[in-house]
Amino acid sequence: MNHTVQPFKISPQAQDWTVVGVATALWLTAYNVIEPFADWLSYDLLALPQGSQLGESLAFFFYDVPKLFLLLGGMIFVITLLQTFIDTQKVRVMVEKRGEGVGNLMAALFGAVTPFCSCSSVPLFIGFVQAGIPLGVTFSFLITSPLMNEVAFVLLIGLFGWKVAGLYLFSGIAIGVISGLILGRLKLERYVEGFVYNIKPRANVEMLEEQLLWSERIHRAWDSTKEIVGKVFWYVIVGIGIGAFIHGYVPQDALTGIMGKSAWWSVPISTLVGIPLYSNAAGIIPIVSALLDKGASLGTVLAFMMSVVGLSLPEVIILRRVLKPQLIAIFIGVIATAIILTGYMFNLII
Amino acid sequence: MLTIKILGSGCANCKRLEALVRDVVEKENIAAEIIKVTDYADIMAYNVMSTPGLVINEKTLSVGRIPSPIQIIQWLNEAQGKSSGMVALN
Repeated sequence: MNHTVQPFKISPQAQDWTVVGVATALWLTAYNVIEPFADWLSYDLLALPQGSQLGESLAFFFYDVPKLFLLLGGMIFVITLLQTFIDTQKVRVMVEKRGEGVGNLMAALFGAVTPFCSCSSVPLFIGFVQAGIPLGVTFSFLITSPLMNEVAFVLLIGLFGWKVAGLYLFSGIAIGVISGLILGRLKLERYVEGFVYNIKPRANVEMLEEQLLWSERIHRAWDSTKEIVGKVFWYVIVGIGIGAFIHGYVPQDALTGIMGKSAWWSVPISTLVGIPLYSNAAGIIPIVSALLDKGASLGTVLAFMMSVVGLSLPEVIILRRVLKPQLIAIFIGVIATAIILTGYMFNLII
Repeated sequence: MLTIKILGSGCANCKRLEALVRDVVEKENIAAEIIKVTDYADIMAYNVMSTPGLVINEKTLSVGRIPSPIQIIQWLNEAQGKSSGMVALN
């Protein structure tokens, strides 16, 4: 028999973890370097005076662009990695067992953490209804899904810190639970398109059961991260550009009059203005940051952001396939009201 | 001949998956019928709650994402009864 010496091989799993380790080290280094680098670029290399409008704008831009992309890359990777553990079918089974109340909370939480594509909202809705899950509970899921956006969450952390990001998460889930409870009470089943209740699953279909290895999870998370960051890339840059301009050129407190706490009507108006608008969460948030900087109050700005991100025309068009117009109107009305109330609450507390 | 179904209702990812599958089938010269399923009643019959979904010969293989071309080729080979690169030892 021939004995050949096996060359030393690193298993694919070890390779993947090594790459993750090296990437993390590079990330941490980069994150600590960008602020001094941005200042150096604006104030040393370009020799702009400190405190000048152009200097302030550019320093803001040079710092926030790499910072936000680093945060996005890193955190979206971690989030999508964790999301590989979510199995929608198992989620449905878990929610099925609960009644209202706890069911609403679970549905809202799952909606927040599940990756959302608006085209999936209909199959998911039908799937929940088929399983006998109460309509109100299903709505809790449907409300938090688009509202709680992982890109928005990461950008909020990057620009305002964990407290504000946490508020966003908490209020979004609260809005989902409360709106779902209210909608559940209203007995709106008759406004769901009839075919939804008549769909039966096929008998001979083999369902998907996946047991993923860690290296598969890492690859999928990396693919998802590339896709998500790729989609928002230009929105972030333009958003930060506009934010940088507002930061440098708009006088402090310019907006306190119209968007500050004393302007009580600013909350409902920002919410209503936000409903028909649809923006990628990524683009809106840097602008939101600059608005806050200039005296707009947090509640008003959060209300605006949530109504832009959470209620959108594309989503309404898609939902129209399963919900009759009356239900869509009620749906929007309840969510808008909840957002407005949340806005007021934050203006009062913070 | 294989029956490949792509479940999805017009979103960008669903179209990308269909294009990818058609591309792979053509390049690998596989005999397959590719059906795009857009009606929700039909999609739900496969218990797919997250589009796009990929079904080959009535077996659900991928839900809610776009698998890699390599993965798709492997599934197609398996569906055709071919082994994927393993040598039979006698």
